[in-house]
Amino acid sequence: MNALALLGRYFAASMRSQMQYPASALMLTVGQLASTAIEIVSIWALFDRFGAIKGWELGEVMFFYAFVGVSFAFADFLTRGFDVFGSDFVRTGAFDRLLLRPRSAALQLVGHDFRISRFGRFFQAAIVLAVATQMLHFVWTPQAIALALWTVAGGVALFSALFVLQAVLAFWTVESLEAVNALTYGGVYAGQLPISLYARWLRTFLIFIVPLACVAYFPVLAILGRSDPLGAPDEFLPVAPLAGFIFLGLSLLAWRFGVSKYTSTGS
Amino acid sequence: MPQILVQDLAKTYRVAERAPGMLGAVRGLVRRRWRTVEALKNVSFSLERGELLGFIGPNGAGKSTTIKILSGILRPDSGRVEIEGLVPYADRIKHVARIGVVFGQRTQLWWDLPVIDGFDLLRDIYRVDPQRYKATRDELVAMLRLEKLLDQPVRQLSLGQRMRAEIGAALLHEPSILFLDEPTIGLDAPSKLAVREFVKKLNQEHGVTVLLTTHDMHDIEALAQRVIVIGHGRVLADSPFEALRADVLAERRLFVDFAQDAPALDLPGVEVRNRDGRSLELAFDPRITSAPALIAAITARHAVEDIHVEQPAIEEVIARFYDLHGANEA
Repeated sequence: MNALALLGRYFAASMRSQMQYPASALMLTVGQLASTAIEIVSIWALFDRFGAIKGWELGEVMFFYAFVGVSFAFADFLTRGFDVFGSDFVRTGAFDRLLLRPRSAALQLVGHDFRISRFGRFFQAAIVLAVATQMLHFVWTPQAIALALWTVAGGVALFSALFVLQAVLAFWTVESLEAVNALTYGGVYAGQLPISLYARWLRTFLIFIVPLACVAYFPVLAILGRSDPLGAPDEFLPVAPLAGFIFLGLSLLAWRFGVSKYTSTGS
Repeated sequence: MPQILVQDLAKTYRVAERAPGMLGAVRGLVRRRWRTVEALKNVSFSLERGELLGFIGPNGAGKSTTIKILSGILRPDSGRVEIEGLVPYADRIKHVARIGVVFGQRTQLWWDLPVIDGFDLLRDIYRVDPQRYKATRDELVAMLRLEKLLDQPVRQLSLGQRMRAEIGAALLHEPSILFLDEPTIGLDAPSKLAVREFVKKLNQEHGVTVLLTTHDMHDIEALAQRVIVIGHGRVLADSPFEALRADVLAERRLFVDFAQDAPALDLPGVEVRNRDGRSLELAFDPRITSAPALIAAITARHAVEDIHVEQPAIEEVIARFYDLHGANEA
């Protein structure tokens, strides 16, 4: 059985085990939807008070917000195993069990758990996108749809990479470092707004270090058909999500290094 | 060529010493103090197909480290391991497809899933042919009496039931070698017997090579033809079980409750280990004095209320074994 089919089996198993407690799964999903809904309310309040901010209107900002939300929700859905890696695998020794099976450890971690509750954030972001579409009278052309899918793919790759890096750190610190949450959850917040609002150092960080701008800001500009007020060339905007995949590739290299460290030290 | 070949295995861990508390944790990130632990100094042995080997030694002796290296999840500092022509840690994925591993204290099944669903997942993970899987699974279910457990979520199983399911899970891909790490730990007596009986059958009828670590001497007694005692990272003994028993386990204990205060006893080859009011604990060597002869000698002279014979606990035996085998190097 190939890796993809196996993931399908893992997925089905994960759904079945969560359905042992259907009420809990539903509550968690609604909870995620509600807690993320508060974020968009605060953004709305901001724009309601000030109108457009630095040339951005609310509908546009909601586009950025929605793409980050959808990407993050998917990544969180796919990489739960990496998220809990330090506490549930390294500390308990359960990682040994994964290494005792004839499959890559990364594949098994992806298959470890698919949290239904992550759809709460996904639905919320999808609703935000639908409302923003109305507000901007945006027309979803086939190109825009293709670009949107490509943007989400890049975003999923990038956020997944952050969870993988968090897991890599656990090889050294055992417990997953909360510091990485500054990048994952902090990244979600930072990516939700157009980066032209930020100070230069933060923009540099979001473009070149952890390229969140490449999976949200730049490609969403291309979707909206706007030029970058910061001056990035128009041709660059639609290819920017590639950075998410490069970042994921690098984080998987770091992961391999972490695994080989683990097998040589046993901890 | 033996099925498992282990030569001059050595492994040293660096263990970070962490000061307690939050401040210590932060300081530990900046500057760590390391302590080195020599888990394995020099371990060599080989195993032929179909053998059943017991691996004993106290905690920290190097048993788990050896098992981890043999199962491919740990890389030794030096030495050589070859199992069926593969180097486990270099060829992990190929290697683990051929072995089965059961860790007594860890589950490899899915907590919230029925046993049968976990089995099906393992079939897919190990790429077992569906026809073959069905036959193997049905046979294991019958041998381990899992019929009634298959539809229950793993979390609802008792420890003994879970261990039977774990062993079944480890064998679905028909491995030629089975590593059992403390398979009877925490089990009640009937479950222990069931596990031992199954392992014996698996080894004798299916020719599966078994490497068993345990603290339970009864496991060893019931199962192992050959025993390796490991201590301080070395192989201290490697012999058939009967030879080891004669060597080390020769000592027996006799517990006697007298009707009056315990008398002074002077019997050849018998040592008083403990005296407490009316009770005596005696150590004797069954090769010099047999238990019936000793009991007869005592009951002939004194009024006795209760009497029973025990083998010394494994930890005690191993400790004495160390004294005998120059373990003072540690």
